[in-house]
Amino acid sequence: MKRGRLFLVGLLMIVAMGFAYAGGADETTAADGTTSFELWTYVEAHSNFYKEMENIWNEENPDRKISLNITVLPNADMHNKLQMSLQSGYGAPDICDVHVNSFPNFMKGVPQFEDMTEAIAPYAADCVPSRLELYSKDGINYGVPFHVGACVMFYNTEILEEADIDYTTIDTWDEFIEAGLIVKEKTGKYMTTAEGTRVNMLSAFLGEQGGDFVDENGVPNIVTEEMYNALEMEKRMIDLGISRVSPGGKPDSEECYGWINSGEVASLAFPLWFMSRFVDYMPDVAGKIAIAPMPRFEEGQDRSAGVGGTATVVINTAHDKDLAKEFVAWAKLSVEGGTKIWEILGFDPVNTKVWDDPAVTNDPDNKYLQYFVTNPFDTLREIRDEVNIIRSVEATPTISNYFNNQILLDVFENDADIMTTLENAQEEIMNQLS
Amino acid sequence: MSSRFKSFLYSQDKAPYVFICPFVLLFVIFFVYPIISTVIMSFEEILPGQVEFLGLKNYEKLFSDRSFWIAIRNSVVYMVLTLILLIPIPMVLACILDSKLVIGKGFFRGVFFVPVLTSVVVAGTIFRLMFGELPGSLMNRVLAFFGHEPIKWLFSYGTGYTALLLLAVWRWTGMNIVYFFAGLNNIPTELYEAADIDGAKGLQKFRFITLPLLKPSRTYVITISVFAGLRMFTESYMLWSGNNSPHEIGLTIIGYLYRQGIEQNEMGYASAVGLVLLVLAMILNLSQLKVSGFFKKGDSIE
Repeated sequence: MKRGRLFLVGLLMIVAMGFAYAGGADETTAADGTTSFELWTYVEAHSNFYKEMENIWNEENPDRKISLNITVLPNADMHNKLQMSLQSGYGAPDICDVHVNSFPNFMKGVPQFEDMTEAIAPYAADCVPSRLELYSKDGINYGVPFHVGACVMFYNTEILEEADIDYTTIDTWDEFIEAGLIVKEKTGKYMTTAEGTRVNMLSAFLGEQGGDFVDENGVPNIVTEEMYNALEMEKRMIDLGISRVSPGGKPDSEECYGWINSGEVASLAFPLWFMSRFVDYMPDVAGKIAIAPMPRFEEGQDRSAGVGGTATVVINTAHDKDLAKEFVAWAKLSVEGGTKIWEILGFDPVNTKVWDDPAVTNDPDNKYLQYFVTNPFDTLREIRDEVNIIRSVEATPTISNYFNNQILLDVFENDADIMTTLENAQEEIMNQLS
Repeated sequence: MSSRFKSFLYSQDKAPYVFICPFVLLFVIFFVYPIISTVIMSFEEILPGQVEFLGLKNYEKLFSDRSFWIAIRNSVVYMVLTLILLIPIPMVLACILDSKLVIGKGFFRGVFFVPVLTSVVVAGTIFRLMFGELPGSLMNRVLAFFGHEPIKWLFSYGTGYTALLLLAVWRWTGMNIVYFFAGLNNIPTELYEAADIDGAKGLQKFRFITLPLLKPSRTYVITISVFAGLRMFTESYMLWSGNNSPHEIGLTIIGYLYRQGIEQNEMGYASAVGLVLLVLAMILNLSQLKVSGFFKKGDSIE
């Protein structure tokens, strides 16, 4: 009996301690005035970046110190948890990274994120406007972007030299296809590849022509001339034998990394964030890859679009929202923040002032600058005013699903008629969203 | 302890309720309540802080939604094929492993059972690599040995389903063998002795004794396989490394529920999908049990 009572007391003490700890966790401002924030992200590298920015912030603002409590979760897992916590109104972090594909889900109804417009304002003039617009609804900014994600051409100079092609003279896709036929003839290798299970590449081709998946009101509109041109061009290259659907279905896959790494393909149109994949996964083509603007469809059209991305948001249940918003906008949009985004993450920062800073763009120790033949910032400066927006709206996840799982492969591999496929898909998408 | 408390615990009419209380509580909290709220949610559109009653709109949308029908077709096809493969094969294997003629029984039982212990996530990933599309993947090397061109396994329906079914067979055969073992152990040996005396051959014994007397085990395995087939998700999610697959060949009902509810934040619509799955599984299972005579008195499963 006595022993049982002792056990009971012990159990009660443990429970009480648990409560006491949970109570303690709610303390957000420490004795020295440091404010702590809960931050969720789904990329390990992002957390390194945030830690660095936290240190710099605390040095510069000794009277308004912050402390970030960073949790890294797997991509889908983190977004699910965030959605559940917002749905239930309990347990959400203060600051959170949200992937561009998931962002529209959180814009449904009344967004549970804080209005970031004012916090962004001091930096807005220096930033690529289309990237800020991407994470907005009804003119209010809800998220702060990491990078531009400008689409460019990655050329394998070794293959092109073998075929006597000067990639810098390629200006239109027609010229690109001609060059591709020569490459095929002289080297037997593919000129480029088509993305079959994701829409990064298609978005780039649409964006070049000023097209999009939705109209100005956010209503799906995939039966357009721009869409036809983009798909027809990719399909034509496949039919000519100078392109093929990427191994693994998409360039951003292990199979395709291996394929590019073995020097089987002469070029690839993809967002600049693919640089880090080159550096991490394709060591054998180091010193052979050049970055250049994409060819354009027609004279006078643009040569890039911003694709992919991560928004950082402040949740409306956060404490000291103003401080959180100020920190997030500063960390991602200031020159200091942009420099670190480039150095730590290898992204093309949204703040264009960074692009002009020789200390950053010519840093001899930077692994990205060492890897590539050309300087990515030269290309960025060249296409500065040509980076068009592909909008991410409520309908986007549904539309992407149709392209990822059906339309692209039907057109590329099953010879489906482009217009009929698009018209049928448009009808089904409208039905789903009704 | 007071005597009143003691007498309460020992009383024959009240104590049983105390004992089943934990189960009933868990059942109500984690089963009845979620089902009721799923039914309610399926008539609503749900966003943080704003819930709107839609009536039957979610269901109307569902029945004209092509992806949903693809998901139903995929799940049903998968279920039927797993039934065809995962009932006879384990049953025969169980009989073989149970017979006195086989040497190293313990070893083979272990070999068949090991896959059951592996995680579906690990198995799915390994199968994805095995069925890779590049010439270097295991299955393509096997094909190359026979002089065949490499195949993009996971990009078309037939080959994709081959991979999915192989995964299912590899993983569940051992489990079903165990169920059939239990059934075999319940068959009285006297019946076989009597058959021996009557001069029955091995196959005759299997046909007239083993098969009929394994019926309870078979009913049980079919029942759980029907539901396991319909609710399959992880296998296809891992095989196509995500919920998206070419031409939606890997999309299952649960996959569609996940896509709508979690990936696209349409909780109400996803609830409707879930309820349709529940109804479908109930109809199939209840009719199967009815046909097998489960509800008849005096012919119950032991």
